[in-house]
Amino acid sequence: MSILHTVNKSPFEKQTLNSCIAHALDGDAILMVEDGVYGAIDGTAAATQLAANKNISIYALGPDLNARGLGEAKLVSGLTIVDYNGFVDLAVEHDKTQSWL
Amino acid sequence: MKFGIVVNEGPYTHQAADTAYQFTKAVLEKGHEVYRVFFYHDGVNVGTRMTVPPQDERHIQRNWSELGEKYKLDMVVCIAAAQRRGIMDENEAKRQGLDGDNIAPGFRISGLGQLIEAGIQADRLVTFGD
Repeated sequence: MSILHTVNKSPFEKQTLNSCIAHALDGDAILMVEDGVYGAIDGTAAATQLAANKNISIYALGPDLNARGLGEAKLVSGLTIVDYNGFVDLAVEHDKTQSWL
Repeated sequence: MKFGIVVNEGPYTHQAADTAYQFTKAVLEKGHEVYRVFFYHDGVNVGTRMTVPPQDERHIQRNWSELGEKYKLDMVVCIAAAQRRGIMDENEAKRQGLDGDNIAPGFRISGLGQLIEAGIQADRLVTFGD
């Protein structure tokens, strides 16, 4: 039983990414979308937390990264960039989707 | 796989309405089924045909109507949320004694039970909101 968590708020604005990381279990995935992709920037407190969870896969939505000028060089390592098709695949691969709004 | 989609935010107010559209389109193009799209809270504002955005801008309402037409989607607007925000179909407008309706093509007005049913029938329920 694995869950896909989606986070659409910047960690500099809301605590949803923190809450999500605290609740996510091994085998879950976290997908950052919309302003949530700011959580993918390397060198921040959120990035340190993300990197500490080795058994949770971390994804970010490419179109939303591009819309905010966040190139791959700026992002935390171990992150996978997906498009909307990848988002659909993640929803299929996990038993449930939890949107952290 | 069967998807249920919940849209809680209105067009041009939050990116959620756009993300929901792009996700739903990708679901359908990958060959999955969308059991129902349920528009709730400010999301009901997607269901009016009276929106006229600038011509060079994306037309969120029309995009949904066209997607609905192409894939024969069941696009449901929550009745209580719709009445508060002035989204009416012909029957509702008549029932409320109003002079006209504004529901967009492909949308229908119904109750929260439709969301619960979508949650039961769909393999995945994905929520988009603020």
